[in-house]
Amino acid sequence: MSSWQTDPLLVVEHLTMRFGGLVAVNNLSFSVGRTDITALIGPNGAGKTTVFNCVTGFYKPTEGRLALARQGIAAAPDVEHLTGTGARHGKSNSGNIYLLERMPGHEIADKARVARTFQNIRLFTGMTVLENLLVAQHNALMKASGYTVLGVLGIGGYKAKEKAAVAKAISWLDKIGLLDRADDPAGDLPYGDQRRLEIARAMCTDPILLCLDEPAAGLNPRESLELNALLRSIRNDHNTAVLLIEHDMSVVMEISDHVVVLDYGTKIADGTPQEIRNDPRVIAAYLGVEDEEVEEVEAEIDMAEKAS
Amino acid sequence: MQIQASKPVAAEPVSGGFDIMAAVKDAGFAALVTLGLSFPILAFRTQEDISNHLIVVPRWSWPITAAILVFVGRFAAILFRSRPRATRAPTLPKAPSASATFLIRYASWFGVAALIAFPMVMVAALGAGGSLKWINNYGIQILIYVMLGWGLNIVVGLSGLLDLGYVAFYAVGAYSYALLSTTFGLSFWICLPLAGLLAAFWGIILGFPVLRLRGDYLAIVTLAFGEIIRLVLINWTDLTNGYAGISSIPRATFFGVPFTDDDDGFAHLFGMDYSPIQRTIFLFYLILALALLTNAVTLRLRRLPVGRAWEALREDEIACRSLGINTTNTKLTAFALGAMFGGFAGSFFAVRQGFVSPESFTFIESATILAIVVLGGMGSQIGVALAAVLMIGGTEILRELDFLKAVFGRDFDPVQYRMLIFGAGMVLMMILKPRGIISTRTPSIFYKEQKAISGSLVKEGHG
Ligand SMILES: Nc1ncnc2c1ncn2[C@@H]1O[C@H](COP(=O)(O)OP(=O)(O)O)[C@@H](O)[C@H]1O
Ligand SMILES: [Mg+2]
Repeated sequence: MSSWQTDPLLVVEHLTMRFGGLVAVNNLSFSVGRTDITALIGPNGAGKTTVFNCVTGFYKPTEGRLALARQGIAAAPDVEHLTGTGARHGKSNSGNIYLLERMPGHEIADKARVARTFQNIRLFTGMTVLENLLVAQHNALMKASGYTVLGVLGIGGYKAKEKAAVAKAISWLDKIGLLDRADDPAGDLPYGDQRRLEIARAMCTDPILLCLDEPAAGLNPRESLELNALLRSIRNDHNTAVLLIEHDMSVVMEISDHVVVLDYGTKIADGTPQEIRNDPRVIAAYLGVEDEEVEEVEAEIDMAEKAS
Repeated sequence: MQIQASKPVAAEPVSGGFDIMAAVKDAGFAALVTLGLSFPILAFRTQEDISNHLIVVPRWSWPITAAILVFVGRFAAILFRSRPRATRAPTLPKAPSASATFLIRYASWFGVAALIAFPMVMVAALGAGGSLKWINNYGIQILIYVMLGWGLNIVVGLSGLLDLGYVAFYAVGAYSYALLSTTFGLSFWICLPLAGLLAAFWGIILGFPVLRLRGDYLAIVTLAFGEIIRLVLINWTDLTNGYAGISSIPRATFFGVPFTDDDDGFAHLFGMDYSPIQRTIFLFYLILALALLTNAVTLRLRRLPVGRAWEALREDEIACRSLGINTTNTKLTAFALGAMFGGFAGSFFAVRQGFVSPESFTFIESATILAIVVLGGMGSQIGVALAAVLMIGGTEILRELDFLKAVFGRDFDPVQYRMLIFGAGMVLMMILKPRGIISTRTPSIFYKEQKAISGSLVKEGHG
């Protein structure tokens, strides 16, 4: 049995998202394992980003339940009970359960601790790299500054808390190799560095689940390798589950423990990378796209197979 | 980064090869356009004849003069531009060094010291009568707008929310003081915080419905809000006395000691000769203190999480939400705090004038304050202060230019050309310094070295 079956962090059930007549996500169910790197793949327009937007509260799903159990395995009756109460989140014997479909975006990040990055990088370009990482620690620092009141008056231990926040930011900058750019505006960084900074910024919110929308897009092979190492370290050293959307098959096959394949908003496969690679429906889905892309994908899968 | 100045201008002939025919053609075309545009505006003048009928008087010389002026100007511009440009060295973008930053910091303290000395120096130099104009019309007037600009800077400059109705909070503050002091006899020092709170309250009231709006929509709704407040002040005659306004508002006292010529007046108490300038000097220090308080609080807020969240909101609201920032609350705090400082300024206005009426709170005030903030640039406090000096001081200076009468004739009144000059100034500013006087952003915190951030990376906000 695998982690996503025995110890799911997030359970998505019957998720449907319609935009007018267009069904972007259709009755999708899958789980994200607490100790897994889960990959969500599929051709362009398959609905992957829409799933992310539903998980992180940017869209309100048309239908479906997204239950996140922060501490332990959520018993099905507990989830049912919580759903019945109409509350957004609640305590159960196995820790807090959060029903993400009911929560607004900022609460999902703050309370349920789900962080994300964007397909088109969304850094605060006019702020420095360090400032970007401090904004990510907003809620903790806000509390430390007595919701601004004490901070303005200069009372309380805000200075010490800010120092700790800077130290945390600096340790992340060290990890992603951007320490010497700490005081530069984020918009001045090269593309690959911006991608890593966005991941570090998301990590500064202390997430339990990190959602990455095409983190390897536009990276060169060396940067891609560094990214793999970074994602592994996030999973191993920071106890953060990773859910990522990725087009680069070599990355997917290399680092993921669990792959979910979407096509036209419907799940067509769900399993370990080995199972996915040989799934005829997945190959067909990629076949359905464009001839060159299929060859590319097949070649990549071959290469990944040889490498492993 | 691209260096603009060294860009070769391909279309224009290089040194010596000045094409006179092309220049004449270009200038002629511009003159023709001018003629076409100015014809309906300048060529006729409406006048009332003896029997009060409107008659149209043609004055052809006006559009023709305009066309000739444009022709000459355009021709000169082409001539000037066609000269070789090698002398203009490429200017590298300058980032202020550590010593420059120190100088700027030092300069602002120097500025504060100069402001504190200003009334004394003026009185010493020009006497009580001569200095009144400088302390009142320049000093106090400019400082009111500096304070208003700093207040609005929180909303527009830092949070990137375009507010076209800021004057509403100024009005709320002014009427709060006027009503509280005339009805309940409360003193200025009690009314001041109350006025601030009331304005902040209205800031939140305005904030709630407009939070979902962005850009143009936000601008229109805030504009409407400013008008609604003004119309309420005009029409709620029972409370506000309508157009007539509220007069005989208690004047400023020195913590209870009135500025009068009595035995218990300020002058007697401190063993000085009575002079009306004493009240003006007190008002100057009062608004200076209020403005400096606004500045100190804003600078502090900028380094606190809430200030960083404001700026992050201006940069990217969606990213803010993904980081768990409650954007609704963050916007509301910006609206409320900006409004509060507007309310403080409003109370000061009322205590200074002793009279308030809706006429003081028209849209043009909002526009002026917004222009100061935009002209200042990048949410910079110093930029706003400089812009206020330029805009408000500039208006006052126009009154001083009497020598122009010698040039343009006795009827010429430079004050009448105020708006024209401002318009031209703004256009020039947008061309030369589109991001305002201060076109770099100073980070709120640094690790090793404070570096200024180029304006091209800083967003202006979406609303
Ligand atoms: N806000 C929206 N409004 C309307 N249609 C949308 C919206 N967001 C996504 N879609 C549509 O949903 C489908 C899936 O899009 P998306 O989730 O971005 O695909 P992917 O990320 O897999 O490439 C596309 O057809 C897209 O046009
Ligand atoms: Mg996508």
